[in-house]
Amino acid sequence: MKCKVCRGHAVVDVRRHNAAFCGDHFVDHVRAQVARAIKEFRMFEPEERLLVAVSGGKDSLALWEILLELGYDATGFYLDLGIGSYSTRSKEAATTFAEQIGASLVVRSLSGEHGYTVPDLARLTRRVPCSGCGLNKRYELNRAALEGGFNVLVTGHNLDDEVATLFGNVLHWNVDMLARQAPVLEERMLDPPDAARRVLVKKVKPLVRVAERETAAYAVLRGIDYVVEECPMVEGNTHHRLKEAMTMLEEASPGTKQQFLFGFFKNASRRFHEADSEDPLVACANCGGPTVEWERGDQAVCSFCKTKSLVEARRHQPSPPRRPHRRVR
Amino acid sequence: MKVKLRNPDRVVDVDGPRTVYDVLRTLDMVPEAVLVIRDATLLTRDENLEDTDEIEVRPVLSGGAE
Repeated sequence: MKCKVCRGHAVVDVRRHNAAFCGDHFVDHVRAQVARAIKEFRMFEPEERLLVAVSGGKDSLALWEILLELGYDATGFYLDLGIGSYSTRSKEAATTFAEQIGASLVVRSLSGEHGYTVPDLARLTRRVPCSGCGLNKRYELNRAALEGGFNVLVTGHNLDDEVATLFGNVLHWNVDMLARQAPVLEERMLDPPDAARRVLVKKVKPLVRVAERETAAYAVLRGIDYVVEECPMVEGNTHHRLKEAMTMLEEASPGTKQQFLFGFFKNASRRFHEADSEDPLVACANCGGPTVEWERGDQAVCSFCKTKSLVEARRHQPSPPRRPHRRVR
Repeated sequence: MKVKLRNPDRVVDVDGPRTVYDVLRTLDMVPEAVLVIRDATLLTRDENLEDTDEIEVRPVLSGGAE
């Protein structure tokens, strides 16, 4: 295959664009796709301060590098989830990369901030690890962005992530989630009487036009040393299965993923959004963060604080007695 | 040829010469879900591989909660 731009030897094929690229022109192509998404969805302006969620994986490291290369003011944020050696290696990848590119990285840990890890959360709440992990990451990222006075929170969700989420939401007709799925979620203030206090920082996904295979190729070509190993708690994860299914369709019919997602943005998301009434936000009685009004009472408490108190309560309880084995005759 | 696979890390033997695409189909892998790397260089699916080559097939889809 030959590079679409210079006719030199191609190293990456992008079948949905009916194109292949040499290393240098592929790097240009990915950066141009990110720049286009930032402009198309009005994500942020050059003078704004960005906080980039960095996991040590390919997407977030590649995105962070691209934003810096495009000249944006992008600080990294790494949250240590306490998932054994996987977290050790991820943290190492994030901190080493930050040093290499001379960028500033804020590092916090769940155990340092709250006294538990993701495996603790899963065990004590008896829920799937990804649900507690996602809730804690969203909470800590938003908190760090508010405390640091950042304008925008940036995440490395790519085309495949957004397609898998859309596919899952459609399969279950999760209309509330469909109303909120967008490359940009605007910042939100508390509703009266506490209005004028920003509680949710604007969130954006600049990799929405870039497939996961392309962020991986970008990372390899740029010599970004990311963690290839999969999170050990993700096994059997629904999101991953949805990605695999969509990738089979993409292999048979290139362009399927992009048509599905961008067709949704163009033709359908507005309909879900119009039919949805956004719940007013009030302050959590415990942490002061946002929670929705239908939970209001004297003690409106956010999901994060509810989960945290459940973990603390169960940590001090003796573990439930094991059921005796039933003898098989 | 030696083919390094990930998650978990292991090495399998595949007879050459073959194209990248043929190696992936032999291993029952979807080309859109992986990158193929030889000597730190990426390979497109039409590249020819010799019996003496050493390549890595790296999965690109990761899981995690939304």
